Amino acid sequence: MFEARPINRQNQTIERIWRGVFLAMTLVLVIPVLVILGVLVVRGGPMISWAFLTTEPTNGMTEGGVLPALLGTIALVLVALIASVPVGVAAAVYLSEYAADNWLTRTINLAIINLAGVPSIVHALFGLGAFVLFFQFGTSILAASLTLAVMALPVVIVSTRESLQAVPMAFREACWNMGATRWQTIRTVVLPNSISGILTGVILEVSRTAGETAPIMFTGAAFFLPFLPQSVYDQTMALSLHLFVISTQVPGVPDGLPYGVALVLVGIVLLMNSVSIAFRTWLRGRKKW
Amino acid sequence: MVDAAPQPKVKVSVKDLAIQYGGKAALSGVNLEIREHEIFGIIGPAGSGKTSFLRVLNRMDEMTTGMTFTGTVAIDGRDVRAWRNLYALRSRIGVVFPLPVGLPLSIYDNVALSPRLRGIRSASDLDEIVERCLRRAALWDEVKDRLQSLGSLLSGGQQQRLTIARALSQEPELLLLDEFSIAVDPVTTMKIEDVLKELRSEMTIVLVTNLVQQARRLADRTAFFLSGAFVEVGKTEDLFTGPVTDPRTREYVEGRFG
Repeated sequence: MFEARPINRQNQTIERIWRGVFLAMTLVLVIPVLVILGVLVVRGGPMISWAFLTTEPTNGMTEGGVLPALLGTIALVLVALIASVPVGVAAAVYLSEYAADNWLTRTINLAIINLAGVPSIVHALFGLGAFVLFFQFGTSILAASLTLAVMALPVVIVSTRESLQAVPMAFREACWNMGATRWQTIRTVVLPNSISGILTGVILEVSRTAGETAPIMFTGAAFFLPFLPQSVYDQTMALSLHLFVISTQVPGVPDGLPYGVALVLVGIVLLMNSVSIAFRTWLRGRKKW
Repeated sequence: MVDAAPQPKVKVSVKDLAIQYGGKAALSGVNLEIREHEIFGIIGPAGSGKTSFLRVLNRMDEMTTGMTFTGTVAIDGRDVRAWRNLYALRSRIGVVFPLPVGLPLSIYDNVALSPRLRGIRSASDLDEIVERCLRRAALWDEVKDRLQSLGSLLSGGQQQRLTIARALSQEPELLLLDEFSIAVDPVTTMKIEDVLKELRSEMTIVLVTNLVQQARRLADRTAFFLSGAFVEVGKTEDLFTGPVTDPRTREYVEGRFG
């Protein structure tokens, strides 16, 4: 009575094939990640030492460490974070919680999507024009970070808005019906239940900006600086540009050095991502519905 | 001197109300009065405009894209359109939804939310309100030892009573119940119905229900809505056994419909 008919066997075969196809595609995705990390660790790993992380490059950047570039990248990312997160989160709250669905909102959404699609080199030129020249910040950490912040904004907005909209509408309705204002509703119900998603999106995006090269090239990152920046109005070295420079612009760089620099850069990004993932896991454990 | 019985005070008066969503009519021709301290039933099949009616009473149309209404709705003689501060209006109208919505806050905070929103800070005042409202909603005994656990983790029937406790914490003058028993077991439903009968002395209750027997058990007077049209309003018992204006009303309450 329950024996397989031909159509059942056929369905089962097709099921196996599709499962195989999807698995294969997933593995294809993993390969480049493993290869990149593998090559970096094998060839760059021997370069990494405490001295490498804590000394300045010497001898025309062919020897020594990466300290100024490492600190520069961290500074650029932090200032970009401070500049982009308040604006991005506030804009997302407005778009998700306040804005009516009208032509203005649709125009703003279109602008955000387009901003996300602008190539980084164009952001670089914008940053040069706006922050370096017009606002007269000069080529500085401030100008470079603001350029990075503008780049990061659309992604911060979109990820925040998605987190906000994952909070069920019924919660908002219940609050509004009690006479709560939109802000009271956001503060008591919406934000506490979307904060983990918002922070995750923010940290992931900011860690991505750590690797950007073009936007900081004209706006604040230096080819080589024999000193550490003293304020946000100074130029700085950065890991991404440093990697570009020693790979293509400087003669006599030993083979392993660019791999070492790349490994430090990837290491920073992975570290930030791990922090964000750990944080998200912790917050999810406290999720309330 | 005319020896008339004292006329009961009108709490809500509705004249020529029509509701549209994006220009599409959802309900029209509503003319009725809801009297103070009565349980006013609204019955009718799904999609007849009962929920939309409730949304106009507390001006939730303003929070709903595309929802508009014409006609007059007055609470205590004052047009609901005349309220400059709609939050003040809504804060005195309790609403209970078909599906219980325990906010993702502790049981205590669920009930203390509304008092806090209107500025009550003192812990002892809040404790007192929370206990009183939970008792009134017949939930206190089940949750008094775990007030700090999450309201959204209670069972469906408990969450619905929590919602009622939350509505009571608003000290409402008007309590709107939208098919509250749809996701609740019969025992809990009976508990809540007993609560409602007691609350009648303190507030006016509008009970939307698709259980005609529930309307019969609770409501003093009942209105019948059908496919976006107001059919009639009368003493609840009249709809079942007395004279009705429209034969469809009798057919509906007797379950001989369509």
